[in-house]
Amino acid sequence: METSTLTPEEQFQARIDADVRIEPKDWMPDAYRKTLIRQISQHAHSEIVGMLPEGNWITRAPSLKRKSILLAKVQDEAGHGLYLYSAAETLGASRDQMLADLHSGKAKYSSIFNYPTLSWADMGCVGWLVDGAAILNQVPLCRTSYGPYARAMVRVCKEESFHQRQGFEVMQTLCEGSAAQKEMAQESLNRWWWPTLMMFGPKDADSPNTEQSMKWRIKRFTNDELRQKFVDMMVPQAEFLGLTVPDEKVQWNEERQAYDFGEVNWDEFWAVVKGNGLCNHDRLQARVQAHEEGAWVREAALAHAAKRAARAAVAA
Amino acid sequence: MNQQEWPLWEVFIRSKQGLDHKHVGSLHAADAVMAVQNARDVYTRRLEGVSIWVVESKHIHASNPDEAAEFFDPAADKVYRHPTFYDVPDSIKHM
Ligand SMILES: [Fe+2]
Ligand SMILES: [Fe+2]
Repeated sequence: METSTLTPEEQFQARIDADVRIEPKDWMPDAYRKTLIRQISQHAHSEIVGMLPEGNWITRAPSLKRKSILLAKVQDEAGHGLYLYSAAETLGASRDQMLADLHSGKAKYSSIFNYPTLSWADMGCVGWLVDGAAILNQVPLCRTSYGPYARAMVRVCKEESFHQRQGFEVMQTLCEGSAAQKEMAQESLNRWWWPTLMMFGPKDADSPNTEQSMKWRIKRFTNDELRQKFVDMMVPQAEFLGLTVPDEKVQWNEERQAYDFGEVNWDEFWAVVKGNGLCNHDRLQARVQAHEEGAWVREAALAHAAKRAARAAVAA
Repeated sequence: MNQQEWPLWEVFIRSKQGLDHKHVGSLHAADAVMAVQNARDVYTRRLEGVSIWVVESKHIHASNPDEAAEFFDPAADKVYRHPTFYDVPDSIKHM
């Protein structure tokens, strides 16, 4: 290949096509940088906001064991947010600006966290279904073209499978319990199934950026491909639990070797994306409040560090 | 908002005795003590490390990727630095 006659954009694309990772100081098209900052920071925000629906149950977990597990899981999600913010910062984004964009509502986070967690079984469904869907989204990103993002995703994925398994175990325990417990599990599945299918994003036909993102390898499967994979994975698991997926159209298709399933309610999807979900307001308010109430701690830590540095300078 | 962002630190972890410290990512902290503690909580929740280094990011100096070809060029044409460059007779053992 005669590289000298290629434009910088063509050279960049050639590196990506050859599966060479892009690192922070390498030349990259502005649009690649911007798209990545948006994607990674949205992902980080989702991890951070995602702590809220589960945090809701930490003090009400049914046993000390469940409480310890849930606490560890929520702490992992905080870690995931931090790995990802740090990856976005390598592209020149500032942490303060990313947080400001989240708090002002300018930046998005995954809509799934705008649904309420009403019963203990929801802790099962969030781990089993929501983390299950997140894993499908995230595993291919371990091979994404941007080095720091790919490395952050490797870390995240190592921790996610514990999240999914603990959720499945919560569901299994309820399903093997009393009739009321099993009913609680089914009721939770009824509420979470469709919102989880929405986590994969709009239909391919309504996702105009997919093509460019696949070309840049910052997305490796389309939304519909991942949604299908998810249904194929989850229907047998629900059957194992003795639960029924709330979709009458779910049926094994021998010819496609995949499950057919019904249509997502896209009006609901767009309504929640636009801020009209059940919890959009509460989630953002909780984030902003935590940030504002922590302001004095951040200032005090800086003052303390400055004082210590000054003392060390005098002693030296 | 005239509030200052905590400085950025790069984190390096020795995963077990006998291995090098390896870069794992970055984080914000007010000072080095806090950076080490945060690094423990963010990067070693599952015993991933036995030792942590933190360096304020602004103190890292790096080679320029745009000049990588010229910069690393001196090593490119010295095949004789590799043992495979030499033909050792079959009858010679232990070399
Ligand atoms: Fe996560
Ligand atoms: Fe998770």
